[in-house]
Amino acid sequence: MFGFHYKLERKAISFTLAIIFVASIGGLVEIAPLFTIQQTVEEAPDMRVYTPLELAGRNIYVREGCYACHSQMIRTLRDEVERYGPYSLAVESKYDHPMLWGSKRTGPDLARVGGKYSDDWHLAHMINPRDLVPQSIMPDYARLLRTQLRTDDLGRHLKAMRAVGVPYTDEMIANAAADAKGQATPDDPAAEGVTKRYGEATNVRAFDGRPDQLTEMDAMIAYLQILGRLTDAAYKTAAAPGR
Amino acid sequence: MSVEQRDPHSGYLTTGHEWNGITELNTPVPRPVYVFLILTVVFSVVYWVLMPAWPLGSSFTKGLLGADDRAALARSIQQATATRSAWTDQIAGKSFAEIEADPRLMADVRRAGHTLFGDNCSVCHGRDARGGKGFPNLTTSSWLWGGSPEAIAETIRVGINAPHADSRVSQMPAFGRDGILKRDEMENVVAYVLSLSKPPALGDKVAAERITAGKAVFAANCVACHGAEAKGNPELGAPDLTDAHWIHGNDENSIYADVWGGLKGQMPGWEGRLTPIERKILVLYLIDLRSKRP
Repeated sequence: MFGFHYKLERKAISFTLAIIFVASIGGLVEIAPLFTIQQTVEEAPDMRVYTPLELAGRNIYVREGCYACHSQMIRTLRDEVERYGPYSLAVESKYDHPMLWGSKRTGPDLARVGGKYSDDWHLAHMINPRDLVPQSIMPDYARLLRTQLRTDDLGRHLKAMRAVGVPYTDEMIANAAADAKGQATPDDPAAEGVTKRYGEATNVRAFDGRPDQLTEMDAMIAYLQILGRLTDAAYKTAAAPGR
Repeated sequence: MSVEQRDPHSGYLTTGHEWNGITELNTPVPRPVYVFLILTVVFSVVYWVLMPAWPLGSSFTKGLLGADDRAALARSIQQATATRSAWTDQIAGKSFAEIEADPRLMADVRRAGHTLFGDNCSVCHGRDARGGKGFPNLTTSSWLWGGSPEAIAETIRVGINAPHADSRVSQMPAFGRDGILKRDEMENVVAYVLSLSKPPALGDKVAAERITAGKAVFAANCVACHGAEAKGNPELGAPDLTDAHWIHGNDENSIYADVWGGLKGQMPGWEGRLTPIERKILVLYLIDLRSKRP
């Protein structure tokens, strides 16, 4: 019964190749078709890219390890949809590299947190979560308010994103640093460029309450306020109640 | 290596390997392992037929059971809505006063409202709705934009200084930062405002002078929104300065900071995030919280 196997076992190279062949069948069948099946990623023509400031905030989110406690993925379960809003669609993380769906919720899911609370709340909550939610165990991030945001490398970040498929234009890349500053400084002439390049619906505000400074807090709050708001596609699904 | 040797003691073949006189038995794989292997293969074939499984280029086999997480979710939401409609229909159809007079409906409001408030409002206004610094206490009779059920419903719908098109809009100027008032004028007006809710000790001449001077500053700069009596104006979202309720603190430093830098409180609008019925439940929940307080 094992005659064939005994022979195979004695040929190291062939046996290795045979193992690779058999193990790759699962991947070929389960993963490869995701690139060809039409309904894997939904169509969302209104999907916009992250602005440089939001992308900087996203990088801080990754740096601080926020994803370890906060997921960004509302599953197709009734309790999640009733608590957080319409379930997450694949297209909503189309421009997320890497995606931050997460698998652990020590804190609440953040997929639809954009616009749910005010900038003031986010600021106060980052400085000391216990001031607002006494039972919170989230660490405080007051230092983000004391750290100036590094903007000189933002153009290169955008370029890297473009290399993996995010449609940033040359103009966006060239103006990345100015746009980051402009988005957090509503009275600055650079603010106009942000809405021109990224759309009228872009939040242009002094996110940290200080228009004169561009801090990491600006970037962080700008990112949190856009979560779930890059496209309205999810609100057109069956999970969006009669709203 | 390939020499077949049989172990005389157990009767099984050995692998032919030998380490310091110890040889290894080539025991056949036990039969139950084969049985389980066959069972899992059978299971997977059945599963392929019943559930979505095999990719077919731009589509995939849908399975006989028609399993679809999204459709299942839509069904379960529909079911839940139907179950709740027993009382949500009544809440949608009746006026605020009618619902308040109905103890059974109010029990439903308390239950559903507690959850809705916890999920959406409590991070700012607190689990007990008593607010905190910068966020108003919702259990008092002091409401920035009016405390009638209709006014509360509108505030929840559009928000305050929110992106909503009909948002309530209000801003207190930065009297200090923008150079409208001088430092002593601001100190006097703070003394006057404080005296409205906390009368100063009798015979304190310095305080009395500052209050008189502050009253003049108040009349010139603040009455347009806060009113001549400083009782506020719910049309403009200007707070009553004579009561005991303070959103941003009632000590001298806090009030001075508010006058210096101005205020522009924000509340998100909930139209689009909460259904009309959910918002109505929240209004009733807040009215109920308030009425329970003496």
